[in-house]
Amino acid sequence: MSIDTHDITVTVNGTSYRRQVEARLLLSDFLRHDLLLAGTHVGCEHGVCGACTVIFDGAPVRSCLMFAAQTDGHSIDTVEGLAADRDHLHPLQQAMRDCHGLQCGYCTPGILMTMKVFLEENPAPDEAQIREALSGNLCRCTGYQHIVEAVQLAAERLRR
Amino acid sequence: MATRNFGAPIRRNEDARLLSGQALFVDDVELPGMLYAAFLRSNVAHARIRAIDVSAARARDGVVAVYTAADLGAYWAPGPLLVPPPPIKDAVFNPRTQVPLAKDKVRHVGEPLAVVLAQSRYLAEDALADIAVDIDPLPAVVDLEKALTQASALVHDDVRGNLAAHVRQSRGNYATARARAAHVIGRRFLYDHGASMTMETRGVVANWDARANQMTIWDTTQAPVFLRNGLAGMLGLSERQVRVIAPFVGGGFGPKIMLFYPEEVVIPWAAMKLNRPVKWIEDRLEHFFATTHERGQIHDAEIALGADGRIVGVKDVFLHDTGAYNPYGLTVPINSQCTLLGPYVIPNYDSTFTAVFTNKPIVTPYRGAGRQHGVFVIERLLDLAARELKLDRAEIRRRNLIPPDAFPYNYEIIYQDFTQLSYDSGNYEPILDKALEMIGYDNFVAEEQPRLRAQGRHVGIGIACYVEGTGIGPYEGAKVQVQANGKVSLATGIGTQGQGHFTVFAQIVADQLGVEVTDVDVVTGDTDQFYWGAGTFASRGAVVAGNAANEAAKAVRQKILKLAAEHFECAEEDLEIANGEVSVVGVPGQAIKLGTLALKANPMRGAVKPGTEPGLESTQYFGPPSGATASGVHAMIVEVDPETFALKVLKYVVVHDCGTVINPLILAGQIHGGVAQGIGNAFYEQLVFDDDGQLLNASLADYLLPTALEVPHMDLAHTVTPSPLNPLGVKGAGEAGAIPVGPLFAQAIEDALGLLDRNVELNEIPLSPGRLFELTAKLR
Amino acid sequence: MKPAPFRFVAARSIEQALQLKAEHGDEARFLAGGQSLVPTMNFRLTQPAVLIDINPLTELAGIKEEPGERLRIGALTRYRNLERDPATARSLPLVHEALPHIAHPQIRNRGTIGGNLAHADPASEMPAIVVALAGRLRARSATAERWIDASDFFVGALSTALQSDEMLMEVDLPVAPRRSGACFMELSRRRGDFAIIGVAATVRLDDDGRCAEARIGLCNAGDGPVFAAAASLSLAGRQIGDKEIGEAAELMQRDIDPGGSIHASKEFQRHIAGVLTKRALAAANKRARREH
Repeated sequence: MSIDTHDITVTVNGTSYRRQVEARLLLSDFLRHDLLLAGTHVGCEHGVCGACTVIFDGAPVRSCLMFAAQTDGHSIDTVEGLAADRDHLHPLQQAMRDCHGLQCGYCTPGILMTMKVFLEENPAPDEAQIREALSGNLCRCTGYQHIVEAVQLAAERLRR
Repeated sequence: MATRNFGAPIRRNEDARLLSGQALFVDDVELPGMLYAAFLRSNVAHARIRAIDVSAARARDGVVAVYTAADLGAYWAPGPLLVPPPPIKDAVFNPRTQVPLAKDKVRHVGEPLAVVLAQSRYLAEDALADIAVDIDPLPAVVDLEKALTQASALVHDDVRGNLAAHVRQSRGNYATARARAAHVIGRRFLYDHGASMTMETRGVVANWDARANQMTIWDTTQAPVFLRNGLAGMLGLSERQVRVIAPFVGGGFGPKIMLFYPEEVVIPWAAMKLNRPVKWIEDRLEHFFATTHERGQIHDAEIALGADGRIVGVKDVFLHDTGAYNPYGLTVPINSQCTLLGPYVIPNYDSTFTAVFTNKPIVTPYRGAGRQHGVFVIERLLDLAARELKLDRAEIRRRNLIPPDAFPYNYEIIYQDFTQLSYDSGNYEPILDKALEMIGYDNFVAEEQPRLRAQGRHVGIGIACYVEGTGIGPYEGAKVQVQANGKVSLATGIGTQGQGHFTVFAQIVADQLGVEVTDVDVVTGDTDQFYWGAGTFASRGAVVAGNAANEAAKAVRQKILKLAAEHFECAEEDLEIANGEVSVVGVPGQAIKLGTLALKANPMRGAVKPGTEPGLESTQYFGPPSGATASGVHAMIVEVDPETFALKVLKYVVVHDCGTVINPLILAGQIHGGVAQGIGNAFYEQLVFDDDGQLLNASLADYLLPTALEVPHMDLAHTVTPSPLNPLGVKGAGEAGAIPVGPLFAQAIEDALGLLDRNVELNEIPLSPGRLFELTAKLR
Repeated sequence: MKPAPFRFVAARSIEQALQLKAEHGDEARFLAGGQSLVPTMNFRLTQPAVLIDINPLTELAGIKEEPGERLRIGALTRYRNLERDPATARSLPLVHEALPHIAHPQIRNRGTIGGNLAHADPASEMPAIVVALAGRLRARSATAERWIDASDFFVGALSTALQSDEMLMEVDLPVAPRRSGACFMELSRRRGDFAIIGVAATVRLDDDGRCAEARIGLCNAGDGPVFAAAASLSLAGRQIGDKEIGEAAELMQRDIDPGGSIHASKEFQRHIAGVLTKRALAAANKRARREH
């Protein structure tokens, strides 16, 4: 029985990658182990926890529920592409640090990618809206309060 | 010495790496030639194994090896007993520990039967389906009370009545006290605590380099040093040949300090046997069975009180579910037994527990580690007593608090650290007062609640008190060293799973050595960097390792002053260390950078005075005589829909005392996280086993972790009663948030729905809308 | 939890997709949003031999409004786009109210209405809404095309009237008429979880303010979405007040058969069905009156 493979060309964080992938390779595994972009984490592989959230064609999605083979011709953003460079964190990253919005950091990349797009679409959210947007990302360490504060702070800074 | 950083809300050193996806977690380790493991796990809870046929799996393309217990040969052995029973008179303890791969018998769903090593995890999982297992299912032991009867099946054939342990501890004479009491109230309480569900599951990567004769293991463990020691012994290697690295770990909360999990034992062995690096990453489904949980206890407890509401005595008899094996000894039920006493004067106490083997996964500590169960019992008994005596719930607690002049308060019974339970310091009434003030208790009861009730809204208030024994021994160590570039390195043996050790310890060292917090580089969890230590558990990291770091930094400070005094030819008292350099006070220009001094302390040539140690470095250890007792009060206002029983938290307050605070921002995070887990425990999370020992909700869709919409905003405040047991005066804080939330929910919901007035009591956790519906059936 | 091996085909056209499906029958599955399918594949509960990726077929997505009549929603329309389209808020208030309850934003970014309906989970919200609105669904195979009434579409738990060679193409929902109000309510353990019980209610009033037509649909109340026919019918021609609503809720109990789960007993589900039916009808009625 032969393995079904597919050629894909996918843009990740602005860089174009050409790869051959097995049909069943999950996008989360492709990013982490083929492209060595291990910042995207795997928490459940059934679409519930949100740790694997990446931005696909501009929208946050669960990378554990997509196959790499589906991404041919598409564009993905992961946490590695969030900061402008080593010395300049994205305002969301900076705010998360300033507000102690992460502890173990495992759920953090998924939250960053979700909230980055959320803030672009909702530049002045209230707490209820932030919590609603955050409800698709599980965190076991922080109790969410400092994350909410970080998003509020980032929103403020981005508006300035 | 200035304390600039200690006590300040310093931002974390480790965050930039974590935020940009540059932090190494175990699954990020990629090694050439690596093989991937998948375990075949039992899908029945109890059975005799007749045969396991792996031949088809071995023949599959891409599979390199398949092993069963038989293949492990002499390597196969039950794991060591991690925690022996504390020295309690007449304690019965029957240790039975887990095995690397099941042989002869399977004792819980998920127990590993075989391991496949293949070119990818995908292929390894394909091969699992090729393995044929021939078993004779046996009746599953699930119910605690039935497990103890003659008729029950036996989890371990040689352990009668499934009796894992029986322990009785007492203080004073309860029977006599009860006879004189004005009121005696007894009830049955059921408390179920769940699974830690860290966002990162467990994982092990083992790399055996046969030419260097070196084994390197990356593991999501909370105890890398003991893991190294044990695995070295098992593998026939010396400790120096084994390096265990716990890199960034995505949450621990307890179950990652269970040691010698089957996978931890099998994977390094396979790596040596195959001479290939091997990776095993637990998936979420496995995590439900393969990683330890906490679970339930059944308490039959009673409280005896005087007419004034003062506790005369408490008696408690309880059953504890320990699961199929008990490698962690009696830690969890001992914590339940001891923590029930709370911040209260309980002159007479009689507590007996029976730990029961069941055909379910192993129970080991998970944040709170059994304290929740005990706290639920005493807080509920006080609520029921308050009702009977027509006392306010806050008032009855106030009357029973240990007074501030009674410390150290000795409870005489044995705690999890094998010493007599003793509360080092505390001042409980101000905490209660502060909590009541912050929640607006008096105003709520007198005005708010009646007003809202008149509008048809069902709101209620709860208040719960607790203590937590933290910062226990045996010890931790730290090595501090000034580097040639002027930065300071700190290494310690514990691991880090998000508690901010890279920052908290840096703060301590930075203050001692006059450098920036960002110039202190902290290494934790690498046994090659620091040889000794017990691990991260029982809210002890900041206390024990923090104090060790302080001692080491102090010793280095002394060396700096001595060497600088020689260099400047002045007295040590004339020197000041600040901004990364040593200077002579009042003499501008007379300064030397720490890095330069460090170079001076390590000459390449020449002779040194006898007894000189090179560099500016020191290793120190700290071991407290006993644990430091933290304390707190939680208060909450809830609204409950009387028809759907949907619940909304309107206000949540925590007032907490963990002694001297090193970093208030990190402390707040610990409290928030603990409360969130407590809320999960109280109202959302439950591991549901059926009568066959099958776990019915093994997925995050059905095991309900609270999201940002279920966890409310929390208002925090602190009081400080320093611990006299360590120079920094700190107490642990990691578990506190999680401990009193169960009784808080029960009390507040009862209040919101006026249940006690209608003779409905909530004496169990977890609750849920569906369960509240059942418990209130008689009212409809 | 990695899926079993399969052959992946990125569909180049609808015809090709249907051809392949006809060839492989139940051994092939369409991959739309994947938010229901892929978890089951990762758990290895589903192991299709062929996965036909229909995401490239963008002509299957889109919302077309026939003003005042109906909204024709392409099966591949992602929930996120349905949420954002002003036509939804304007013309399908029931759908608009239910959408925030469907999973989470990230799921809705990929999940499609067609995929959700074809998956037919009895606890899913949209099937109950489609039934309450008496929607129609268009199915197509390589050789034929047909319309299926919502009442005939859902045949059992995870089972629809779609033949093994058919693809769901479009969902056709009537625009909320004048003098009508709608309400969707659910009780779930957490926001985004499947409903313990969900109720979708619509009320249309005649010129006298009497109920011309009421329709009540429920999710997780049986092995598919339930249309509470007797309850719905009982309100026609009457002034809706507490008494009428109470009677309708009683009649509704006869049409449901909740299965119970670890999250809620059957008795609790029935109780919640009663509570939410009353509340949803009252709200729908109130909204209809405001419109009146």
